[in-house]
Amino acid sequence: MELRKSYFADVRKDDLHEIGQPRPRSDSPGHVTGKTAFFADRNFPGMLHLKMVRSPHHHARIRSIDTSEAEKHPGVVRVLTAKDVPHNVNTILILIQIGPEDETVLADGKVRWKGEAVVAVLAETERAAQEAAAKVKVDYEVLPAVFDMEEALKPGAPLVNEYHGQNYYLYDSGECRKVRFGDVEAGFAGADHILEQSYQSSPIEHAPTETTGCVVTPEGNDRFTCYTNTQAMFFTLDNTSIILQMPGSKLHFVGGTVGGGFGGKVDVIVEPIAILGAKLTGRPVCFIYSREEEMQISSPRAAEKVVIKDGVMKDGRIVARKVTGYTDAGAYSRHSPYGAQKGAGHYPGPYTIPNVWIDTYCVYTNRTPSSAMRGFGVTIGDFALEVQMDKLARLIGMDPLEFRFINAYRDGDMKAHRQPTEGAALIECMQEASRAANWPVAEKFMAMSSYVKGV
Amino acid sequence: MAIRRGRGVAAINYPTGMNLGGDPTQALVHSTPTGNFMVTLSSVDLGQGMKQIMAQICAETIGVPTDRVVVDTADTDTGPHCMGTFASRGTHRAGNAVIQAAREARQVMLEVAAEELEVNASDLETDGQGNILVKGAPQKSISIFDVALSAHFKRGRSISGRGMFLIPRSYPEKETGAMKPSTCYAHACTVAEVEVDDETGEVTVLTVKNVFEIGRALNPKMVEQQLVGGSWMGISHALYETTEPYYPNRDHGGTDFNQYLMPGPGDLAETEIIVLERPSADGPYGAKGPGEMCANPQIPAVANAVFDAVGVRIDTLPITPERILRALKAQAAN
Repeated sequence: MELRKSYFADVRKDDLHEIGQPRPRSDSPGHVTGKTAFFADRNFPGMLHLKMVRSPHHHARIRSIDTSEAEKHPGVVRVLTAKDVPHNVNTILILIQIGPEDETVLADGKVRWKGEAVVAVLAETERAAQEAAAKVKVDYEVLPAVFDMEEALKPGAPLVNEYHGQNYYLYDSGECRKVRFGDVEAGFAGADHILEQSYQSSPIEHAPTETTGCVVTPEGNDRFTCYTNTQAMFFTLDNTSIILQMPGSKLHFVGGTVGGGFGGKVDVIVEPIAILGAKLTGRPVCFIYSREEEMQISSPRAAEKVVIKDGVMKDGRIVARKVTGYTDAGAYSRHSPYGAQKGAGHYPGPYTIPNVWIDTYCVYTNRTPSSAMRGFGVTIGDFALEVQMDKLARLIGMDPLEFRFINAYRDGDMKAHRQPTEGAALIECMQEASRAANWPVAEKFMAMSSYVKGV
Repeated sequence: MAIRRGRGVAAINYPTGMNLGGDPTQALVHSTPTGNFMVTLSSVDLGQGMKQIMAQICAETIGVPTDRVVVDTADTDTGPHCMGTFASRGTHRAGNAVIQAAREARQVMLEVAAEELEVNASDLETDGQGNILVKGAPQKSISIFDVALSAHFKRGRSISGRGMFLIPRSYPEKETGAMKPSTCYAHACTVAEVEVDDETGEVTVLTVKNVFEIGRALNPKMVEQQLVGGSWMGISHALYETTEPYYPNRDHGGTDFNQYLMPGPGDLAETEIIVLERPSADGPYGAKGPGEMCANPQIPAVANAVFDAVGVRIDTLPITPERILRALKAQAAN
């Protein structure tokens, strides 16, 4: 890595003692010698193991659940169903008033994705819990499912989630989050070229080294200590308090070093049910995802579809950009309504475009609920935007890097969401990339600056 | 049939924080009797090294070496509230809270030192080595060790401070979408060079040259580890990863690392990282959040390089050999 100090030297004081120093990380020796303690290193006498019975269907009505054989299985201590969960229907962003509550801790009457938790089994050993889970009998009536976002948005599509009433999230702005800036149709009308293209991604996995999980122990003082690898301590505690209808003062969450998060450990899935198990049995409980659960059960990055329509002039100026983004939330909201609207705030990318129209939709389908991931609401948008930029440059016969200089935002430029640009540095990054990659651009671009003239 | 070479570029920006939900984080700082400093947080270290960075920020602000600061975090019984470690917010939000708490603690420390030295607190400065000196008369000094002892056992002062950093929630305007979705933005430009085998559809990323503008590299070595890892993740996202290979079909999802593919050590591209620093107005010592941004520009840069190499556009992620071969076949048919 190289620090190029020549850029922005006039606005930076390099007079610090500790900041800017490449100090060795204090936790590295622990990591490389195996001494760092992770949550799963906690082991308590009498600890129970929790395993989930999961839906084999994408969408089904539950006619009945028979746990009698599982309860008789040697080593089984307790079997939990929906009726054991005090506040079973919840949603995590309710803490910031983003409802409705739309997801069950344990399925109640219906399953909406293949892998959904239906019954929790607590047993003396992992093996006994697994074997007993296989003995739970669930009678399902399979329902039509919908997997494709366009299909889901059509009238008459199977309804994924009754708590929403339609297969998209209803914002205060309607069926999508909207950004309107300038007059996009007038911009298209005056453009030399129009290019409309569609981009698609599929879900991906956070793939942390350490899978999601927690270890809970009931304390002598009627409190519960939860050792967890959540990325957000109080967010998880407060949601657990709601789900279990238990005062937050009864809960003590302890984290520590997490073996990789990437956004995959902010969904508050394992902690509430494990604490409930500890409360109902009076014994420590551990609930740790297998690698298979981490990959197919825990939330992935949402699949997205992005449609971009641009109006561009022969001289390289983009004069109008319309973006329609679709985020595949899967069966439940989790963080997806936030991600879709974060996308609305990110488009049209780091370019100054006078006419912009953005609609972002959060769509429900019968698949594993997606949620936050590194680059949430932005990564797939950047893929679409930057491939589109390449196509536009080639359409008008311009060098792709020079084309970006022409449109790059600079300090003071008004963004589509009506915030003036501050602290821009896109131009300087491109100038340095031009040098580093030996990709020459015209001298006038190398002379550009993100600064406002005269300031 | 041949191996064809191409290169592609992408330029991006990335927002710091989650203003659309309201974005608070708190920190507490106090000294021990012998002048070490404790930072108490509930923020989570995901392995990116947050504890180390918070220690350096506290040390810089108080004016002591980093090894005199201990960070206690991720315990809801002791640590004050933090929204969580996500949205590229950890260093920015918690760092600002630590600075505020450390400033308050530093002020008490200087007041106690001033009483011991019989001067005004405003005439004192720290040397960064554990001592407090009279400005312009450095022979008149006292160690922070002695100041802490005095505060605890003689003066009855608590050398401590409270820090709070809050970005109030921004509500998007319904019709226009006017909003303030984040605070500062990090930037990047990546150039990727690939080889594509037009017989097998396989892509080899030869080099990635990444330029990242991150506000301030608070610890350059730790910045490097995050940016190199992010660059690898971006390439993996572009070419390998999916939990649903035939999305929207739900079948054939990987359940372990034999089925869910990522580039291994033999697939690593030659990676170059260049960092620019334009300090952000509201960042701790100018820092922005580069944690998420660094994995984004490689994806379109690789996609554009594949087109440059073989002349087909793959607009669906991941860019698998199957998709490239199908596109080449369709191209040949036209």
